[in-house]
Amino acid sequence: MTRPRALVVSAPGTNRDNDVAYALSLAGADPVRIPLHVLVRRPQRLLDAQMVVFAGGFSHADSLGAGALAGLEVERSLSDELRAFVASGRPVLGICNGFQILVRSGLLPGSLVHNSNGRFVCRWVTLEPVAETNCVWTNGTLDPIDCPVAHGEGRYIASADVIRAHTVLRYADGTNPNGSMLDTAGVTDATGMVLGLMPHPENHVIDRQHPRWHRGEHRNLARQLFDSGVAHVKAAG
Amino acid sequence: MASTGEQWRLEIDSLDSGAQARRLAERARMLLGPVANDLRSIHATALYFVAEPLDEAERKLLADAVVDAATQEGVWAVAHEEASAGREDGRPFMEVSLRPGVTDPVGDAFSRAAALLGIRGLSARSGTRYLFDAEVDRHVRELVAGALLHNDIVDEISFDAPILARFIGPSTNDVVEVVSVRDLSDGDLAALSRDRGLALDPAELVAVREFFVSIDREPTDAEIETIAQTWSEHCSHKTFRGRITWADGTEVEPLLRQLRRSTDEIAALWVRSAFVDNAGIIAFDQSFDLAVKVETHNHPSAVEPFGGANTGVGGVIRDVLGVAADPIAVTDILCFGPMDTPIDSLPIGVLHPQRVRDGVVAGIADYGNKMGIPTVAGAVVHQEGFTSNPLVFAGCIGLRPADLVLTGQEPGDRIVVLGGATGRDGIRGATFSSATMDATTGDVAGASVQIGDPITEKLVADVLADARDLGLFTAITDCGAGGFSSAIGELAASLGADVELASAPRKYPGLAPWEVWLSEAQERMVLAVRPGNLDALSTICREHGVSMADLGSFRDDGQLVVRCDGRVIVDLPGEFLHDGRPTRELLAERPQAPASTDRRDASQILTNAGQLMLAVLSHPDVRSNEDIVRGFDHEILGATVGRPYLGAEDDGPGNAAVIAPLQAVSGRGLAIGIGMNCRTGVIDSRRMAEAAVDEAVRNVVAVGADPEQISLLDNFSWGDPRRPEMLGRLVEAVAGCCNSANAFGAPFVSGKDSLNNEYVAVDGTRRSIPPTLVITAIGIIPDADRIITSDAKGPENALVLVGTTHSELRGSVLDAVLGVDGGGDVPGGDADSPARMRMIHQAMADGLVQSAHDVSDGGLVVAVAEMGMGGRLGVSVILGTDVASPERIVDALFSESSGRMLLEVVPEHVEELCGRTGGTVIGHFTDETRIVWRVDDRIIIDVDLDESLQAWRGHVAERGARS
Repeated sequence: MTRPRALVVSAPGTNRDNDVAYALSLAGADPVRIPLHVLVRRPQRLLDAQMVVFAGGFSHADSLGAGALAGLEVERSLSDELRAFVASGRPVLGICNGFQILVRSGLLPGSLVHNSNGRFVCRWVTLEPVAETNCVWTNGTLDPIDCPVAHGEGRYIASADVIRAHTVLRYADGTNPNGSMLDTAGVTDATGMVLGLMPHPENHVIDRQHPRWHRGEHRNLARQLFDSGVAHVKAAG
Repeated sequence: MASTGEQWRLEIDSLDSGAQARRLAERARMLLGPVANDLRSIHATALYFVAEPLDEAERKLLADAVVDAATQEGVWAVAHEEASAGREDGRPFMEVSLRPGVTDPVGDAFSRAAALLGIRGLSARSGTRYLFDAEVDRHVRELVAGALLHNDIVDEISFDAPILARFIGPSTNDVVEVVSVRDLSDGDLAALSRDRGLALDPAELVAVREFFVSIDREPTDAEIETIAQTWSEHCSHKTFRGRITWADGTEVEPLLRQLRRSTDEIAALWVRSAFVDNAGIIAFDQSFDLAVKVETHNHPSAVEPFGGANTGVGGVIRDVLGVAADPIAVTDILCFGPMDTPIDSLPIGVLHPQRVRDGVVAGIADYGNKMGIPTVAGAVVHQEGFTSNPLVFAGCIGLRPADLVLTGQEPGDRIVVLGGATGRDGIRGATFSSATMDATTGDVAGASVQIGDPITEKLVADVLADARDLGLFTAITDCGAGGFSSAIGELAASLGADVELASAPRKYPGLAPWEVWLSEAQERMVLAVRPGNLDALSTICREHGVSMADLGSFRDDGQLVVRCDGRVIVDLPGEFLHDGRPTRELLAERPQAPASTDRRDASQILTNAGQLMLAVLSHPDVRSNEDIVRGFDHEILGATVGRPYLGAEDDGPGNAAVIAPLQAVSGRGLAIGIGMNCRTGVIDSRRMAEAAVDEAVRNVVAVGADPEQISLLDNFSWGDPRRPEMLGRLVEAVAGCCNSANAFGAPFVSGKDSLNNEYVAVDGTRRSIPPTLVITAIGIIPDADRIITSDAKGPENALVLVGTTHSELRGSVLDAVLGVDGGGDVPGGDADSPARMRMIHQAMADGLVQSAHDVSDGGLVVAVAEMGMGGRLGVSVILGTDVASPERIVDALFSESSGRMLLEVVPEHVEELCGRTGGTVIGHFTDETRIVWRVDDRIIIDVDLDESLQAWRGHVAERGARS
């Protein structure tokens, strides 16, 4: 199979779409950027795509709450098409604001609220994958991966049952940046096709991006998540 | 709405808002002191007001969509004009909403949500209710409002009664006023200038009068305002271009010409363009050039810190967009009054430094984070002189194709505006920022406040990148100070233009024609477009959701003709507008260093050197600003490889930010370093300038930049240059800049001056800022995989000092900590520094250097501690017997001499490194977690590493402040 086509969806205020496209390219996908308002009008654009990524940023300035307005737009105008997309075995990823959009539109469970200290935070964290899940984005990743967070509304809250059933990435001990329940950093849906996470794996796809690489620390690239998604699509043929 | 006297509003509470309410109360207690001691919580509720009546089904639909049921609770309520005071539960409250006409992105988002749900054309505004503890009386709440929650310039407020948001109704305003000037006396002209806030000099007013006499008619309001904006200090730099004479009659070469001559004489091959256009352009690699610009946004940040800093960042990003570059990094340098200033000592109309800081920091974060440009470098300094005049410097670096050619505007090209709509925001910003402030500034400047919209600017940036790559425009500039009048005025300076304002998108009706022409509404760019390219540009705009309007075309006769619905409101020759301003004549006096009043007792200092080291580390200008910086996204774009805070625990100081753009296949990086010292300019501004250049250069060399390819930017923030001694200091500082630039072979490529940073109190006393010069150095890193950082890497590695320590303690952090002015010299340039930097760079390239750190504020004692803290290693320093006297020891520890760098080297390379750089070993890193300084065998400092970390993070000082 040639490079699978990955739609990178942006709403007004999405700003990590270039970073995501760069990571997808390195992982062997063919990223195609598309504004949400265009995709909503032409959902058939999903037909010739193998994966969809909702990139991070501040959609509509997060004016009514993080991801609220774009989430509303997805919920009202695109959720049936996205569910069909997922049901056909094609993966969807939401990063940071993209995660917030997926949660607000009901494609992922739980809620994302203001960080427990009330402040935006930009720092590097370590993510530990939960062993033996059905999530196609993380099940190729066994070792901890490092990447940055940059958000003000990333505290994940849900019932203990939901968290137990859906969590696929946790903040390593002492690196939970936002007070998320049970250190939850990333959750999947029932099918394992959809992943939402607050941290930015797209910003650790080459070695020199790591803040301590110049000290000789060699950590796993967060690119693995994109590699896994692409590998799944390629395997599915 | 007003007719019925009632208004629907959706009130949304967070279910877990307790922590936020307690934090808000804590902020109020910190700011107000004992009077607010009883405040335990201030509970905020989000309010959304709608102008049009909604039926019950519509209200439910909106609430269901906007309220996150899992975490929020929302109720619709109706507010009446005649509402009774107090709420049902009897707790006091107040409500705040934006004044009509002030941009309200939250209200706009609410309207958009309604549209998504099929409720079209709904007008919405936003606000906040603050609910207090039951026992708080009205007086205290008014204090809290004034200090923290309400800014009269942009907000309306209501105590204990629901506020009714005011909407701008449909109205028209086509008034074009004729301003009589031809028959005015000089005195009447001065009064006209004062009344209209024109900020023009007497000679300039005379030139205006003579011009209109010569064309035999009176000016319109739009014309007089256009002239005032174009001739303002902000737009025309009349001091930097002015004719300056020393008191003894010697003439000074105009300041801007001095800086340009220095750059011309350096004749650097990598400079593509300097001191023209919106930003300097320098070469980066084979494929890309860099656009660099640093701006100030001081006056707006003083009256509305969030909006001022927010639009300062937005404005400097537009400067980079205005040379067709893609913005890739933002910098910010902030100058505030002391955070412990008693609130009752503030002059009338001046906001407390804590509030200024919080607003400014939030404003910078809001713009950079939302637009998606990393904020990577900066500094924060504090001085009493900044209390009434805080300073906000914002910089932006952009990347553009090296082979980009803009052919330039030609007659017949269309004049196209992209981006935001025009409103009544920021009217007369250029003249406002060129005037001195006083107690009424906040009131009269109301309309000068701009509100930023980073989302729109991001979309505009995306459109511009596409349009540039397709060659769809021939020239470009941004709408900054002066709005269309300055953007179109500059593009049309030689060709002239026919402009029709009717098609400019407006935020609301009722703008007078001159207001449309002058408005500084944000996020607008003006392009020159060949008629045949309009359709292609329009398609790109539609795809990105950016509005575009065709305002007219360029002429060929130099005449600027502006119409509104066909009616001529401006008809002026470009020649008069751009060359008609009489050259400003200014008198300068040689500045005198103030006599020093105190003495330093070196022996006494040495009995207490460890504690003084901790005090210097915790000084507000030295200590870590990590708590501020973590609020800025410095990771976005994936290119930040040299971070502001780094090291073993990601919390040591970076010397300079390093950006390695992902799109650059050369593997190169660029380094951004900053040099400034606002404690020494009042003593010797020439030496201050030299030291600032030296510091900025050392910062970029320390991270691995090539010292033979450095470019500089100057930003002067000064007092009123019409005061001869103030101007004298400026002349000296410019001379210092040129000296050092020549010595380093590092050309200035861009600069900006913000003068008149003075505040006149009610009693007539003037407060000026200290002379403040920010130097930004941009360096090129040959291989971004091999940057050098300041954090110590290995125990047993040696610590080498390169450069000479002189006795230069005047204006030092040591003096600030001791509370004395102990005399002596301030640090200046170092003639050997350029050669030293080249040797250090070569040693780095040859792999001899493990880490590097420049020595500046606080002296060697700070730089040594910072390297150890960053690497979580102890340090052992042994001073030689040549440093035996108490005075020399104090110099070694605390003097702030320029030209010095600390290098870490593995033991086997010590000899080679010292031989090549002329450095000397002063100690080594250790596994013990202590910082120890000895002279021979005598221990003079022995401090725990963790204790110095606590001090550097400011914890010691905070403890001290509370006790």
